[in-house]
Order: sequence, then C-alpha cells, then structure tokens
Amino acid sequence: MAFEPRLVGFLCNWCSYAGADLAGVSRFQYPSNIRVIRVMCSGRIDPVLIIEALIQGADGVLIGGCHPGDCHYVNGNLQASYKIGLTEKILGLAGIDPQRVRLEWVSASEGQRFADLVRDFTGVLQKLGPSNAKDKMDGLTAIRKALSDFRLRALVSNELKIVEEGNVYGDKLAKEKLLDIVYHATKEEFERSMILLLAKNNNVSVKDLSKRMNVPADRVLGHIVVLRQKNLLSMDHPEGFTPTYKTIEVGGEQ
Amino acid sequence: MAEKNETKDKPRIGVFVCHCGSNIGGFVDVPSVAEYAKTLPDVVYATDNLYTCADDGLTAIREGIRKHNLNRVIVASCTPRTHAPLFQATCESAGLNKYLFTFVNIREHCSWVHMKEKDKATRKARDLIRMGVARARLLEAQEEAKVDVAATGLVIGGGVSGMTAALSLADMGFPVHLVEKEGELGGFVKNLNNLYVTEKSATETIKPLIEKVKAHKNIKLHLNSTMKSVEGFIGNYNVVIGTKGEEDTKAKIGTIIVATGALEFVPEGLYGYNQYPNVVTLTEFEILCKKKTLPKLKNVAFVQCVGSRGQNKSYCSRICCNVGIKNAINIVDNYENMLGLMEKAGTVVEKIPVEQKVPDEILDRRRRRRGRERGEEGEAEEAKLGPSEKIEVTVFNRDVMAYGVEHELTYNKSREKRVKFVRYTPEHLPRVYMEGNQLTVGYFHETLKLERTMPVDMVILATPLVAQPDAGELSQMLKVPLGQEGFFLEAHVKLRPVDFATDGIYVCGTCRGPSDITECVTQAAAAASRAAIPLSKGYVLAEAIASEVNTDLCVGCGICATLCPYSAITVERGPKGMKAVVIKAACKGCGACGAGCPEKAMTMLHYTDEQLIVEGLAGIKEVVL
Repeated sequence: MAFEPRLVGFLCNWCSYAGADLAGVSRFQYPSNIRVIRVMCSGRIDPVLIIEALIQGADGVLIGGCHPGDCHYVNGNLQASYKIGLTEKILGLAGIDPQRVRLEWVSASEGQRFADLVRDFTGVLQKLGPSNAKDKMDGLTAIRKALSDFRLRALVSNELKIVEEGNVYGDKLAKEKLLDIVYHATKEEFERSMILLLAKNNNVSVKDLSKRMNVPADRVLGHIVVLRQKNLLSMDHPEGFTPTYKTIEVGGEQ
Repeated sequence: MAEKNETKDKPRIGVFVCHCGSNIGGFVDVPSVAEYAKTLPDVVYATDNLYTCADDGLTAIREGIRKHNLNRVIVASCTPRTHAPLFQATCESAGLNKYLFTFVNIREHCSWVHMKEKDKATRKARDLIRMGVARARLLEAQEEAKVDVAATGLVIGGGVSGMTAALSLADMGFPVHLVEKEGELGGFVKNLNNLYVTEKSATETIKPLIEKVKAHKNIKLHLNSTMKSVEGFIGNYNVVIGTKGEEDTKAKIGTIIVATGALEFVPEGLYGYNQYPNVVTLTEFEILCKKKTLPKLKNVAFVQCVGSRGQNKSYCSRICCNVGIKNAINIVDNYENMLGLMEKAGTVVEKIPVEQKVPDEILDRRRRRRGRERGEEGEAEEAKLGPSEKIEVTVFNRDVMAYGVEHELTYNKSREKRVKFVRYTPEHLPRVYMEGNQLTVGYFHETLKLERTMPVDMVILATPLVAQPDAGELSQMLKVPLGQEGFFLEAHVKLRPVDFATDGIYVCGTCRGPSDITECVTQAAAAASRAAIPLSKGYVLAEAIASEVNTDLCVGCGICATLCPYSAITVERGPKGMKAVVIKAACKGCGACGAGCPEKAMTMLHYTDEQLIVEGLAGIKEVVL
C-alpha cells in the first residue's frame, strides 16, 4: 500500500479556507490526507505551531494565506512569509527536509488551485517518505526552544519593517542581507538550544558536544561563554582539568 | 436568559453530525461517524441529523443542550463561513455562549472532495470531528465588550459626494466636520459646464447643495483644510484638522467618511496634447464652454478612451462615453450659446481658420440625401435646423458604452443629430497631427479597411478619472487600503461597497473609482447611513476574538504595536512598567501580534496556541489531549 502522509493545513479564514470551500462546492477531487485547521490569518501561524505539528508526527504542514496585497488584515500574509522563511531555514539545520513545510497563497476564487496544491504536496510528501522527526527529536526540540526565545522572534518580527521602512537609524536593509543575518542568528540560536538540551541531564565537555553536534570545538566554546554569561549553564571540574557543563533549570521550563 | 459561561466546569460536549441530505450522507458513513464521536472524551451526546440547519435540526441542538446539559456544541456539516452565525444564534437561544460552539466542516472539505473514496472520507470525517472535540474542550466563553461612540461625524472632501454625505449625517442630527482642501465647495463638478440627462448647468445644479451645507447648523465647514492626523478607532478617533493660516482644529470623531474625489488624467504626449493648439481634454472643453470662450468651430473630433482601458490606465472610466455624447449634442444644439468672443476673453486657445470651402453642390447633395433618409417630415425639420447644421462632430470610439436607463436614448439622439461615431481598435489608434496649418485626425476606417484623414478645428480627448495623488498619504493616516490604480478599496466589491475593512471608516464617490454624479450621490447617502449606525447606536461591540496581553510576561518592547495593521496596540506605562495595551474595539483578531511577540506574552483569544496545538495533534494521531 502506498504511504499515506499525514498533512496538517493551517488555512486563513478569508482566502485559503474559502478557496478550499470552493474546491468542495466545485467538487474538485483531491487526496484525503489533509486535515485543515482554520485560523483567522496566516500571520497568526507562530513557527512554534509548525514545529509542534512536526514533533507530533505530521509528515507535512501547509500554511495557506491570501495573495500579497489581498490580505484581509493588510499584511498578515507578508508577516507569515518571513516567519515561514525562518522556519524552513532552521528545519534544514536540524536535518528535517524544509520541503515538508509549505506556505502558499490561495485566493477565495482558486478552488482548482487548492485542489491541485493538495494533490501536489501530498505527492511530494509521498516521495519524501515518512517524516524522520522521530530520529531528529533532539534537533526539533532545540528548534522549538530557539523559536520560543526572544532573539529569533524579535528578529523575524522586525524583518518586514526593516526591509520596508528601515531600522531605528533609518537604514534600509536589502532582503538578502537581512536573510543572511537571520540565518546567522538562527544557526547560533539552534546550536545554543542544542547545547542546553544535550547538557540537560549529564555533565558534558566541549569535546563531547562538538562531536555530538558536529560543530567545531571553538564554536561550541563560544556558545558556552554566551550561555554561561546568561547563567544558563553551570561548570564543573569532576576529573582532571577538563571542565564539563550542565544546564541550569530555569523557572520550571524544560 | 443567563448564559452558561461556567467554562471551568468539566466540558459536556454534544456532537451533531449532518447528512445534508445525500451531500454528506452519500459519501460518508454518517451514523458510524456519530457513533465514533460518542467514544471521544467529554462527549456526552452525539447524533446524526438529516439537515442540521433545518428547523428540526436546530430544535435538536436546543433540546440537546437542555436535556444533556451540554456546555459545548459541535456541528459537523458544511462551512463555518456560511452557517456559523445560524448555529451560534441557536446555541445562544438555548443559553450557551456562542464562543462555546465549534464548527467541523465535513462537506466542502470532505464529502464533496473525496466522492469516490467513501472509506477514506469517513475516516477523515472522524478525524475532523476528533479535532473539533479537542478544540472544543479548551474553548472559553467570550464576551463582546461595549465601547462608547462619540456621536460626531467627519467627512473628508467637499465635492458632491462629501457634501451629500455631510448633509445626510447632519440631517439625522449628528454634528459633522466637513474638510475641504480648496477654498470653495463643489469639487470636480464646479469645473463642468452642464450635466448630462438634465442638461442643466452644473453650477446651478450644485448651488442648492452648497447653500444647504453652508447654512446647516450641524455642519462645521473647514475650507482650505487638510487632515493632519487621525488616531484611534471606531467611535473614538482623535483627529487634527489643519487649516491654512488658522489654528489647527482638534476633534473627537465617531465615524469617518472619505470622499476625496478624483482628477482627470492629463494625456501628456498623447494625440498631440500640449503640442498642437485646440487639442483639449473633455474637462478643459467644458471649462471653455462654461466661460464662453470656445473658438469658432466647424469640424470637431472626440477621441474616446484616451489613456484608459489598457493604455496608461487599465480600467474603463465609465462616465466618458456619456460625457462625450452630452458634449457632442451640446455642440450640435447649443453651439451658438457656447461660442464666445475669444479676443475679449483673452483665451490661450488659438483661433483657427475654419472657413473651409466645401463646394455648394456637395452640400446640396448631402442635404438631399439626409432629406431622403428622414422622409418628408424630416425634410421639414431639416429646414428648421439653424447654424448648428454647419458643425460636423465625429466621435472616435472603441465601443460606446452608454450604460443606464436613459443614456442609450441620449446616444440614439446624438445619432439622429448627425453626430458621427467612428470605431477604432487598439491596434489602429487615431493619430492627431498638423498638415501644414491644419489640425488633422488620421484614422483607419474599420469597415472600409482604409486609412483616412479628417481636417478638424478641435480635438477633444476623453481621458479617465484618476486617483488623487495624495490618496496614499490619507490611506496611511487612516490605515485603509488603496487598490492597484490608487483608488480607495472597499471592504467587499459586491456586499460592502461603501465600507472599508476597518470599522468606522467609509468611502463614497470618485475616490473609490469613476462614477457619475447620480452614483456619487447614491454612494454618499449609503456611506452616510452606514456611518450613522454606530453614531446613533452610541456604542459598538468589540470583537471578542481579540488579543490579550499577559502583563507578567510582556517586556514592553513594542514589537506587537509595529506588527498590528490596525494600530490596536499601544505601549503604555502602567503599575508594572511599560506594557502593551490592546484596544479591544480596534483589534480585528488576526493574531499577528501573538505569533510575533518575542516573549509569547500575547494570547489570541479563541485561537490560542494551546487550542491550535491540540487540534493539530488530534488530526495527526487518534489522541485527544
């Protein structure tokens, strides 16, 4: 029997959900794999929601919004495009194929397009096979943490504004340049979350971490300095002179 | 009736699965789905109905709530986009808060799109209901807060639309501020000569309107004024009106009507405009007529659709066919009246040698032919035609769209008056050039398939109405959208033509697209009555699906305020320091602030992270958390 992917769709009420309704009214047939969750706007989709769905076993996540310029809430769809862009980047870092997350614009009049889209996405997921989330749970958990923390959220929330209106100094950044910065920050935050995760239960050394994360030791040490400054890691010298580190539990979280 | 809002109680969920005749029942095993629903956590009652939206279906919901003491209701049937209000009202009538109702779409999203896979469709329907149950368990009752409305209107623009809207509101008893950029009222129409259908002078037509506006005790008129700032939300706008040479006026406003009008497209570089004398736009022609400074004419050419319909502008300006026909008839009928003594008036339009000789025998032949065409009666009428007979009017057009009840008749009248209509196609546009000293129109005759030329004394270009250049500024100030062509964009092209998506702001007249005066007045009256609803009610119900700040988590960074497309969030100093504050009446519930808050301090009521996560999980696994 062919693999039946589990596909979760977050559709905005005004365009994509209505497009899916029109597919129904027009009797356009498509694979039954998708489970739709209605939200008011694609801008509502917090990247954490996407990661949660993948952690829980979704093979793919579709986010549907209005076409640029058509958003019922002015620019929620553009905000979504930045958030989903970030999500795709960080998924790649953790070894999850970014093709499993897809942001698409479907208008209320595009019933055919919605049906085609679901058929296409289901086909792509069938080709990719079952999600490898189970094997990448550490990575996904680290992603969830990185996407829940201030730095990336603040950065991605400001992206649209910085590209369109400039920062507080009036500098406008080219989108590519900004995406570079976001990628850099994303990678750092992902690796730091990973360190906190791996050092959660046992004391680990820089060498251990470097090996397990496949990240150069000097880079790991750099992260450890930052995490120590934020008082998120404790240091220990149990044997000889090799220091080891352990995550400090904060406020019941984790 | 006291509503059952004790959501802290253990959920008691009732599930109503609809057959929708055979629309769902034919492709999904509905009874088995209802049976399955009974096995889900907190579901105390589940049933299937032939038509849940019919009277007996609605009664079943009310009965279910009463008999089984339900505090959550799920209907699995069609789309919430059409039927949610009906079922919500049913729940409310049985004392259940409408936000405790959950809609599951098993028709548009299931039975109709998986018609050949009954097993899979049935499995999906089960999954969708499980998702609904997971969501329903976490729902909370919501209240729609009442927000007071300042009972004062603001109308921006003192043209026909703005004046009509202001008068309507003022006549209903509401104080109105009317803001006009220029030094006098009247807008675009004050340039015009006469108005079609009535043939009455434009000035005379709008004079009573202007007088009424000036005299009305409820209207505060601000001439030479523009909007300096608008802040706030429906019912509570704080606006600043700047007037040249005077102090700014500050006012508290309930609702706003935008009626800023439009301009005529200037056809720079087209058809010899600004290059040859006597090539004018329709409006310039009307000004010449109005001032009685029209030069002596014998051959007049109108060119329709200049710069519109896929040339400089994509759209059809709608009114120019009728305006062109009106002026063509004017020229034929009232030429003597419009003719001025140019030398006296000192007009810039150059005098053109018009006394071209047409051999008498040709003229005679034409007269005889026309006489024959008209029959004897016509011949008698012919004799009565005075000097106008000497004028030849040709309208170069792509198609004549004399829409409306009377305009086709006007068009026919113009044909009877010997106005010639010559069709051109976008592939063969007419050309305007000078042949020696003679202004000439060259065109391709579509019937004869021949290039022809026509010496003329004046070319009148019908150009489209275009958006005001400062519309963008106002759109940003009011946070309402513009369409692609720079006109204001209404909330819904068919169902909400004078509303903006933002509550409390309305639009009418040519600032939302080309319209004639009749339509402008209609729209203005409509906009005024829409704007009067909150004013007369005195309050608005705020959206319950709004965001909520957790002040313990909020660090006052203000990112949410920049994300909000409706300026519904401000950052204010409170007892706990700088914190985000949500203006519930302005919030539209998109949730962008929640998804972007760096501290996750923003909760979207009715679409919380938790609710969305459990709904997703229930869709992936056979689990209800």
